[in-house]
Amino acid sequence: MRTLLKLTWVEIKLFIREPITVIFTLALPLIFLFVMGGVFGNEPSQGDIIIYRGVGPMDYYMPSYYGLVMMAIGTVALPVHLAGYRERGVLRRFRASSFSVWSVLGSQTMVSFAIAVTGSILITIMGIAVYHPHLPVYPVQLAAAFVLGAVCFICFGFFLGAVLPSTRSAQGVGLILFFIMMILGGAGPPPEVMSGGMQFIGEITPLHWVIYMLQNPWLGFEWHTNASLITAGITVVSAGLAARFFRWE
Amino acid sequence: MPSIISVQNLRKTYGKTIAVNDISFEVEEGEIFGLLGPNGAGKTTTVECMQALRQPDSGDIRVLGLDPRTEAQALRRRIGSQLQESALPDRIKVWEALDMFASVAPEALDYHVLMDQWGIAEKRKASFSSLSGGQRQRLFIALALVNNPEVVFLDEMTTGLDPAARRVAWDLIRAIRDSGTTVVLVTHFMDEAENLCDRVAIVDRGSIVAADSPQGLIARHTSDVRVIFTTDKGDLDWLEKVPGVTRVTRTGPRVEVEGSGPVLALTAAALVEHGIIPADLRVEQPSLEDVFLKLTGHAAVD
Repeated sequence: MRTLLKLTWVEIKLFIREPITVIFTLALPLIFLFVMGGVFGNEPSQGDIIIYRGVGPMDYYMPSYYGLVMMAIGTVALPVHLAGYRERGVLRRFRASSFSVWSVLGSQTMVSFAIAVTGSILITIMGIAVYHPHLPVYPVQLAAAFVLGAVCFICFGFFLGAVLPSTRSAQGVGLILFFIMMILGGAGPPPEVMSGGMQFIGEITPLHWVIYMLQNPWLGFEWHTNASLITAGITVVSAGLAARFFRWE
Repeated sequence: MPSIISVQNLRKTYGKTIAVNDISFEVEEGEIFGLLGPNGAGKTTTVECMQALRQPDSGDIRVLGLDPRTEAQALRRRIGSQLQESALPDRIKVWEALDMFASVAPEALDYHVLMDQWGIAEKRKASFSSLSGGQRQRLFIALALVNNPEVVFLDEMTTGLDPAARRVAWDLIRAIRDSGTTVVLVTHFMDEAENLCDRVAIVDRGSIVAADSPQGLIARHTSDVRVIFTTDKGDLDWLEKVPGVTRVTRTGPRVEVEGSGPVLALTAAALVEHGIIPADLRVEQPSLEDVFLKLTGHAAVD
């Protein structure tokens, strides 16, 4: 337990000292927030084609960007970090000193969750200050969706970090997944304007379901049971595969 | 002294490569035990199996009475490891690493003392990536000691250290031994093994070819001392008749007289008798390197 807490604290400091990861996980979603907000404002769509689920673009994007922060952690930050640790012999060093797999992955879970919370707080403050979106209608459900979504992408990150052998491969695969999910999974253009094929690819990404799960309580829609079940399923499968394929060296 | 480590018939292969063929040895409590051999001899594989970092193909290992295969975590808590290939996060600071590694053991040492002893106190706030090779090495040794281990494994610990730092490291390792910690040292440096180890096992091609104290190995496997001097006198055939002399080799003015027993005194007396009084007469005692060359037929660094 002492090791877990020490390791978590050190990992938080290491995260803050790594500007590229800070920019990627915390600043990039803010940049998207301002770009999309600057282009679309927060007026709900008029006319025959309903986009953004019929709500204001910023009402739509605020919970989406919570998901974007989680997804940036799960596809890029966490896998690159873990694969790099393994490639350079850091995990080997930890293991020889009797660090357990639970303290190593536990510290990464806590740090990743803290990053997701920080990123979402930044989005909330900036979004509310600049675009005056609707505030969450069901905050308790939103909090539950947030925890499940964050844990899902953390486990997904462990899975990628376990199977990808090197920093290079983790960066390559992670960035491809990041852009596919961001553009087609619901954090980019409104899904309603995408072609059928694009919508299909979007729907098979974890981000799509995490975003639905987050949006519904925020916007006052009914809890999305399917989305939460799918997210829970991805979590369990990712965690199982990560445990199966985790290697210290 | 009871043995604290026992390795019986250890064997480890990687595909078709036999890293460790059949190695058995015991380490006694409170000694510095060295595994000496060329790169690729199987030394590192052997100690990694002992530290539960690799699974042996066959054989039996007990360290502190524990089986590394089934009691890995309990074992790792009681040993210290300085590994040949490992790293720390680039941006971790020296004190943070020591503080974190100390947290695994309730009876950990005060890491400030370790930083002073190993000469990294000035670098306490430096990041790992900014350290020189020698500083990293000293940090890794300090990390191996910070949990106050009963047995410490040091794999090529003086690689990257300058000569002065090597001497300091040797003194510190002796002090650790004197405080009761057993030290298992992997090295390919002959002088390190000869100076530091209480007992040495010479490892070559996955097997132990000899094991004893450095002095014991030298006494058993070498006999001749070499007496060396230079002279411009021509005929030296009489030297071979001096008692104890086995061989005389001449290269230009340089003469090497090999022999056993009091060959130095007898050679010196004979030289004076023949009117040769060389200013550079000296004797070379056989070293561990001679033992190594004799037993393995090749030099350690190849």
